[in-house]
Order: sequence, then structure tokens, then C-alpha cells
Amino acid sequence: MSSARSLRNVKLGTYYVVQLPEPDDFDFWRERARIMVQCDVPPDRIAWIEPGGSGDLFAHGDRRLPVPADPARPVRASRRFLALAKNAALHSDPDRWALLYRLLWRHQNNGRIMEDKADCDVARLEALDKAVRRDSHKMHAFVRFRMVEVDDAAGTPQEHYVAWFEPEHHIVRANAGFFMRRFANMRWSILTPRGSLHWDGEVMREGPPALRADAPAGDPVEDLWRRYYASIFNPARLKVGAMLKEMPRRYWKNLPEAALIPELVAGAQGREAQMVEAGALAFEARPDSLEEIGKAIHACRKCPIGLLDNTAVMGEGPRDAPLMIVGEQPGDKEDLAGRPFVGPAGQLLDLHLEKAGIPRDRTYVTNAVKHFKYVHRGKFRLHQSPAAKEIDTCRWWLEGERALVRPRLVLALGASAARALLGKTVSISRARGRPQPLDDGSELWVTAHPSYLLRLEGEAREAQTRLFDADLSAVRARLEELCAPGS
Amino acid sequence: MAEMTLMQKLEVLADAAKYDASCASSGTARKNSLGGKGIGSTEGMGICHAYAPDGRCISLLKILLTNHCIFDCHYCINRKSSNVRRARFTPQEVVDLTLSFYRRNYIEGLFLSSGIVKSSNHTMEQLVEVARILREEHDFRGYIHLKTIPDADAELVHQAGLYADRVSINVELPTDAGLTRLAPDKDARQIEGAMGGVRMAIAQAKDEKKRFRNAPRFAPAGQSTQMIVGADGASDADIVGKASRLYDGFKLRRVYYSAFSPIPDASAVLPLKRPPLVREHRLYQSDWLMRFYGFSPREVMQATGEDGNLPLDIDPKLAWALKFRDQFPLDVNRATREQLLRVPGLGVHAVNRIIASRRHRSLRLQDVGRLTASISKVRPFICTVDWRPTALADRADLRALLAPKSEQLELFAA
Repeated sequence: MSSARSLRNVKLGTYYVVQLPEPDDFDFWRERARIMVQCDVPPDRIAWIEPGGSGDLFAHGDRRLPVPADPARPVRASRRFLALAKNAALHSDPDRWALLYRLLWRHQNNGRIMEDKADCDVARLEALDKAVRRDSHKMHAFVRFRMVEVDDAAGTPQEHYVAWFEPEHHIVRANAGFFMRRFANMRWSILTPRGSLHWDGEVMREGPPALRADAPAGDPVEDLWRRYYASIFNPARLKVGAMLKEMPRRYWKNLPEAALIPELVAGAQGREAQMVEAGALAFEARPDSLEEIGKAIHACRKCPIGLLDNTAVMGEGPRDAPLMIVGEQPGDKEDLAGRPFVGPAGQLLDLHLEKAGIPRDRTYVTNAVKHFKYVHRGKFRLHQSPAAKEIDTCRWWLEGERALVRPRLVLALGASAARALLGKTVSISRARGRPQPLDDGSELWVTAHPSYLLRLEGEAREAQTRLFDADLSAVRARLEELCAPGS
Repeated sequence: MAEMTLMQKLEVLADAAKYDASCASSGTARKNSLGGKGIGSTEGMGICHAYAPDGRCISLLKILLTNHCIFDCHYCINRKSSNVRRARFTPQEVVDLTLSFYRRNYIEGLFLSSGIVKSSNHTMEQLVEVARILREEHDFRGYIHLKTIPDADAELVHQAGLYADRVSINVELPTDAGLTRLAPDKDARQIEGAMGGVRMAIAQAKDEKKRFRNAPRFAPAGQSTQMIVGADGASDADIVGKASRLYDGFKLRRVYYSAFSPIPDASAVLPLKRPPLVREHRLYQSDWLMRFYGFSPREVMQATGEDGNLPLDIDPKLAWALKFRDQFPLDVNRATREQLLRVPGLGVHAVNRIIASRRHRSLRLQDVGRLTASISKVRPFICTVDWRPTALADRADLRALLAPKSEQLELFAA
């Protein structure tokens, strides 16, 4: 500012004191600040005092406003400054009014001062604005209403929603609109130490500061909310720091769900361990030779079948077999012999393989499930089909065998075997007769299990046997194609 | 079995929904309940009403309508062959729960998903019914996110879009092979077909809205999707590539990444180790680089290591800068906006502030320090009037200098 003209209206040595009626009354400040700028009162000659502020210190200041010259010169303020100033004025920092005036004063010489983000005053204003925005945002987020029933004039009970909230800054009045727009057709009150708001569905009323005791102490729905909070939390991903950053402890006392936090954090490690254990998965590496798999399956207790009195049966055949045949599980005979496909179904399979021209000694045969599942019926052990989950669990071993043998073609006998390879249950009649790609580049063919043929009689058996033979010949033809030199 | 209480159902069905990462309530059309009969408003910015100890925002009541399911996806706790406790809400129960939570200001709205019961269409009808009751009978104007079922009728998906702010369909796994293996009942082409359909409907509704003021809104907050990270062998490069195709092809608002986490009753075909949570974080960072920092997917992939994965110890932007050191240091007083966005440690906000400030003064290192969060990370890559990092930029151990000191990133790193 150039000297002589700019200090025209100021009585030298005068110190002005402006008393604000409310701590969030930006419009009042704006009016007074405009007059002060018009009268060229420099920032260090004004004290801005809000209610409850230290007025006595400035007792000898001049409380009368100076009168600007007529016509008063225009006061400049950028839109960006006004928007920020209006919000920053809600901050609880008592020096904010002086900061706003200093920036307004500097604006008169530099209309683009707000662009200079490296300036200390600008940076401070932005910091205040940010803190207030954050506080408002947290008010939108953390106000928790509790419902009480209040009789209206006619004596009918009405739902009234009451919240207690403790803001850090003077933001209550400025945020009335948010809650009004959101809960327009609800009767609600927000009580805070800085004043209260009451909405009856039509009119907003402001009230004096309140006490926590004025708000209701609880609400039955909070139990449901707490249960939700505890259930939606994933104990496998504990990140307490991230939570504290956004939900600092000072808000906890008014959040019904926050009481659960210590318990949830403490229990998380145990719950994750439980989650993993419930899956009954051993997180160890898979053995990398067929011999070791053959040994390891004996100790496998990953599903209940392994707990029965039985012997694990490993697949057998050349380890470079182009064809792998997968059955369901060992039967009574296989369990006793410890070898796959030696019982009645195995014998039938051998017969048909020979008929189709598939040499069994060039084939790796194994089962989807490695242990025999049965129930006792008198002296007999009666076969029971493995459950989907048991097949899925045992798939781990089968995949170990597949990774080592690397067959060009896999033939699944029956639905259990198909599930072990595809991961889903398919219908044999729809899946048979065509190849399906597997993820390692080999292909899968599906056919019935020979024990199915054994259970049928008469015409049905003949029809199914024809289909079975047709599948086997198709497999042989395809195998020849795949293994032909140059393919 | 005795009928479950509402509390028990909520426990089961919220627990079942916790593996969905998204809880966003932002970016939808502005609306409020003034002049209406009900409650609710959305004002652009999403609000997180609480944070769980896993650091995730709780913005919506995120639940399943039911966790009964006829599908058998291996990574999913609700798959048919899993032994979890099952429960089912009626649409009215979900409506009542949503409203009573909303009235107490616990939530911004509802995120409803469901296991597939009976058929895809039946399930979709139930989801739409919940949204219909909320919108039509209660004039609810809060946020609704509906998960749509890929093979449900287009007409049902369309109705969902008319009631919901956002619709989403999960692509689940980054590669088709992974999907075939782990979600055998799902079909990649069908999922993408459904996403394409939603994209067209959103574009059409926007176009109509321009011409007719009263044209109905269709999913004003757009569509999103989720990918599970670490359940199959896909590398970060695969995932980044897939995400960028999804953003381009379907105009998605967000792609969420969810680090595969151990689930009770897990299926045996899943990997035995869970990926570190920080991998998910790095993917989000690379997502940001593509959406806000002008990086192309190819450039993000340049930041990956030989195994196709992003480094875990440093962020992808720093990894890129260390690979292309010849592009630095940049003069903050001269460099273009695009160039400044490549400086590790400078965010979009800081770059805007630098560009505004340098019109007024020649920036010194101290000024830059005031405009950014941390000067030490930025320093090796910039020049100012009083600073030139000659010695620093050529140091072979720059990475070690800048990588955060090895700290325990997660409590139970596998």
C-alpha cells in the first residue's frame, strides 16, 4: 500500500477492537472487515474478539468503527478466498479472524495471492479450511441418533431421534442443512456442547449448548448395529493404524460400536488361525515325486475318510504314460490289496480296455479319492460315495500326480472323477463323447464308471456297455492322434 | 431347526458379505428427501460412518440376501460344498434393517448381494424387490448398490439399474483360465456380456437425460467390479492389463482388488498361501497411476519385475522412476504438469499447488517442502532454484535409500 493516501482515515496510534456476536458469524466479520479495509486500518491495528474471548486485554482499544470516506473505494476479494474464509471462520483457532483480515488486506495489492500456495498465510488458511471440512465430514459420519418415543400434542406417541455429538470446531449451525436434507421427514435433535439443532419435519430451531445427560442413553437397535460391525470385520486383515487414522479415539466414546474394538483386535489373530484350521488345510509344500506322494497320502487326515480303518491306495503305471485313467476311490478289494482297480470293476475295465486296444501297462490308473469310504453292514464294508467336499480336498493329491506324470489325455470314470478334474459336478450323459481342455494343456474325456455297468442288468446294461466301449474307442483314436509323430 | 432370529441372520449374512471389498457410496447423482415422503440423501461425496479394525470403511449395510448358493466357486465361502451356516432374509427384513440403520445415521445405504438360489432370475427378482420396496414404498433416497447376477434376464438387470445408484458384476478372477478352474459355474463371456449390457444402458440413460429432463436415471454412480488377487497364478502385469481393458471396454467407475484371504472351510484347490496385503495396496496404487497420473497400462507394466509382479517394498511410481532415471531430475519451475505427475512423492494435489505457486515465485526447496507431504522422497528427482540432486540420482543404492525401512507391514504376514 502506498503510504500517505492509504493511511488517510486512520487516527494514528488507534487500536480497534471488534467484538463478534457469535463464534461462527462470518457475515458479521465480512461487514466489519470491509469497513476496516476501506479505512486503511492495517492488520496489526485490530483485535478480533469472539464471545468468551480475552476482551480485557484490549480494554483500551477503540470499539467504535472508523467511517470510510464517501465514496468508499471497492474492496477486492477473490471468490476462492471467500469460499475458503467462510469455512475457515468456523475453526476454533482464536487467531483465525486476524488471519482472514491479513489475507484480505494483502488481497488489495495482489488479487491472485490465493494462488501462491507456498505463502505462509495462504497455507495456514488452507490448513484451517481443511480441518473444518474434516470436522464437518466426521459430524456427518459419526452422529448417532437414538430413538425415543415422545407424545405429541394429541397424545399419540411419535418417534423422535436424538443424538449427542462433540465437534472440534464451530460447525453445528453450518451443518444443519445436511441433516435437514437427509432426514427431512423425521423428527430429530442434535445436541452438542456448542449448541443444538431441532427439526420437527418443517422448521429448524436452534437451541443452547447441551449436556451429554440430555441425550438418551441407548437404543435397542444398537445391538443389531454392533453385531453387524463385528461380523463385517475380516480378522484376516487387521489394520488398526488405518482405522485409527480415520476414526480417532476421541470419537469413540460416542460411537456405540467402538466399545467392541479392543475385543475384536485382540481376538483377530485367534479367529484367523481358526478360519485357516477350520479349512483343515496343511499349508505345506506338495511332495515332488510319486514315491513321496505315495507315502504322504497314508498320513493324510484332511478329510474324515482318512480317519476310517483303511489303507491309502496310490495310483500306478508308467510315469510318462500318455493316458491317465481316474476312478472314484479304492473299493474293499483295492483297500486290502493296496493297489487300484483290482476288484470286480477293475477287472471289467481291463476287459474293455483290451477290447478298445488300450494297453493297461502303458496307462497310469489312479483314483479321485485315495482312501476307501464305507459304512459297516454286518460283516461287510459297504461302499459309500465320497462327498463333493471330500473330492475337492483330495484333488490336491491327484493334481500332484498329474503334474508329475503329465498325461496328454485324462479319462475320468464317473461323476466323482469328473468333479476331481473339473471342480464341478457334471452329468456324465452330457459330458461324455467329447474332449474338454484342462488348464495344463491336456484334455479330459469323461465316461461312466465300470461299477455302474456292474449294477445294471439286461438291456440297460447292454446299452450302457455300448456307450462305454464307444467312449473308449474314441479315447484310443484321439490318443493316437495326440501321440502321432509331429503332433 | 428353530427359526433364526434377525440378529443371527444378520450375523451370518454380514459375515458372508465381508469378502466384497467395495463399500463406496460416492459419485452418484445428488438427491435429498426434502419434499418427499421418506428419508435419505446423497451429496456426491461418500461418507464412511465407521471403520472396522481391518481399516475398511463401513459406509453401507453390506449383506447378502441369502448365502444359500447353487454355485460351487472354490474361493467363495458360500459355495455349495461349503459347510457354513446358512441363512436367508426376506426382502422386507432387509428393508426394515436398512431403514432402521439409516434413521440412526449408521449408514449411507444398502449394498445387497446374494448367493444364487433356485435360479439366477429368481435371485435377481428378489434383489430388485428389496430395492423396489425401499424406493417406491418408503421413498428412500439414500444409496443403493445392487450386485447383479451375470446370467439373469436383461430386463431384470435393467430394473435393478433403475432403482440402484450403482450396479456391479464381479469378474472374480483376472484370467479366464483362473475362472474356469476356480469358478466352474461361471462363464467369462457371460460376465463380460452382462457388463457390456449395463454399460450400454448407462450410456443410453445419460443421453436421454440430456434431452428429456424427466428421463429415468440408470445407475448414476456407474458400475464397478471386483477381482480376487492371489487365488490363481495371474501376475500383477496380467491384473493391470485386465483392469485397463475393463476400464476402457466397460467404462467402469472402479475395479476393486481383493487379496484372497483364507476362508473357513476352504476348498483344497486354492493356493496354500495368502498373498501379502501389501500386494493389493500396490495394485490400487497402479490403478491410481492409470486413472489420475496419465500412466498407460504398458508403463505400469514396465514397473513390474521379471516375474511380472510389482515390487512390494516400494510403490509402483517409485519403481518406474528408478527404472527410468534418465527422465530425472525435473526442474519444478519449468517441467510440465504431465512430467511433474511422474515424480515419486508428488500427488495430483501437490502438482496443482506447485503449478499455481510457480507463477508467483521461483520455487526453492523449502517452498516445495511446504507444498508436499514429504520432501525427502521427492528431493532426488527434482531441481529447484537452490537444489540439484546430482550426486543422489546417480547413486546405485538409491532404491535402498528411498524404500521404507523394513517394517512389519501386516501383523500375520504368511
